[in-house]
Amino acid sequence: MLRKNNTPGKLIIVEGIDGSGKSTQIDLTCKWLQSQGRSVYFSEWNSSALVKSTTKRAKKRKLFTPTTFSLLQCTDFADRWENGILPMLKAGVIVLADRYAFTAFGRDVARGVNREWVRNLYSFAIQPDIALYFRVPLDIAIERITTARSELKYYEAGMDLNLAENPIDSFKLFQERILNEYDSMVNEFNLTVIDANLSVQAQQRLVREIVKQELAGWEGLPMPEGIAQTLTQAGINTGKGKK
Amino acid sequence: MSDNLFYGAGFPYRDIRDLPGKLIVLEGSDGVGRSTQTQLLRRWLEDEGFAVSDTGLRRSEMTQKGLDKARKGHTLSRITMSLFYVTDFADRLENQIIPALQAGFIVLSDRYFYSIMARDIARGLDPDWAHQVYGFAIKPDIILYLKADVMDLVSRLIHGRGLNYWEAGMDIHPSDNMYDSFIRYQSDLSLIYDQLARDYGFVTIDAGKPVMVVFEELQNKIRELFDKEQPIIEEGF
Repeated sequence: MLRKNNTPGKLIIVEGIDGSGKSTQIDLTCKWLQSQGRSVYFSEWNSSALVKSTTKRAKKRKLFTPTTFSLLQCTDFADRWENGILPMLKAGVIVLADRYAFTAFGRDVARGVNREWVRNLYSFAIQPDIALYFRVPLDIAIERITTARSELKYYEAGMDLNLAENPIDSFKLFQERILNEYDSMVNEFNLTVIDANLSVQAQQRLVREIVKQELAGWEGLPMPEGIAQTLTQAGINTGKGKK
Repeated sequence: MSDNLFYGAGFPYRDIRDLPGKLIVLEGSDGVGRSTQTQLLRRWLEDEGFAVSDTGLRRSEMTQKGLDKARKGHTLSRITMSLFYVTDFADRLENQIIPALQAGFIVLSDRYFYSIMARDIARGLDPDWAHQVYGFAIKPDIILYLKADVMDLVSRLIHGRGLNYWEAGMDIHPSDNMYDSFIRYQSDLSLIYDQLARDYGFVTIDAGKPVMVVFEELQNKIRELFDKEQPIIEEGF
């Protein structure tokens, strides 16, 4: 359902349930690629400035239904898509995304929207060159999340679904549904599964290996010499000027 | 209401089977006289003893503020703008229109998603994509399309509230004056509305006629929906 990447850029995305460690991995990948002198652009789920105030308001007042939740998140994605991700891909940049359409396919379907409907919604997006799915057993993810945060938020815990009275129980049931959706997307969207039980470093080694293979023989948008020099002077290794 | 309530999948997580109300939609370009007719129809239907609820674009509690802010900036890109309006529409549908229909109200909707779609298609959006996105929408009982020619719209707007940036399509037909843009944009829209009229089965009403003549035609079409039902209040008491 997603379009083929016909741009000169590369799209690399990470997916996984909360607490799977994907953000840590994409962050490390981003810094590594920058240090290689690559032109990189990073985009995070739910970060459009245009939609922010509406999302905040709706969450605070508990105004969302599964459909409006799905639509507003897609609006957020569309803003980032049209004004960030797509132009960057067209310029030949490596775009890294922390969460992508698959997050919507997982969460929105777990909330009860129609599977095909949400897939059509995001059909303007491109199938990533690399889609990494950080798979982690449910109890480990929950342990990570509940120790890292003092409390779970209403929508985050899926409290709008009335699955359980207690946020932690609700969160478990909600994440379990999402996990099932992710697992069914592995084949559908050719997701590369990374065992998120491995150490951070072992996972990063795997990720870099996959990225290296994808970028072999690919040029992309060069970083201007001046900028590379500035970065080097600032003590950031750009991989340039070493030879 | 028919068995097939929705254009597509609807709201799978909600059990919506019985909607005793009626959904009446007024469609047509800006300046065609929709709001005047909506007011007349509302008064008439209430006189007939029906409970009436009216709703329009950009009135959702969730999105109104955000949309108003975004429109002022002219920074909304095509798909983003489209989806922001879909969100607004879905919010009103689920939180205003459906509950009113469930309670047996006549819902007079001053525009429905077709207007939003028309504007989006004029800006190059894929109509099939949009049709599927709006698959959650309820099929109205009747869609009354007020059709006027472009010169008529110009005259109404100039003698009314004036031209504005978006209604003139300044974003897609930039020119040194809003008038030229408006003419080109409204001509595009007119063709798109004609196509939507065929696709969605609009009842076309000539909006070029005097207000009360148009009103009578609308009344006649709406009466057909109620032919078997008795007005609640008896006449001539």
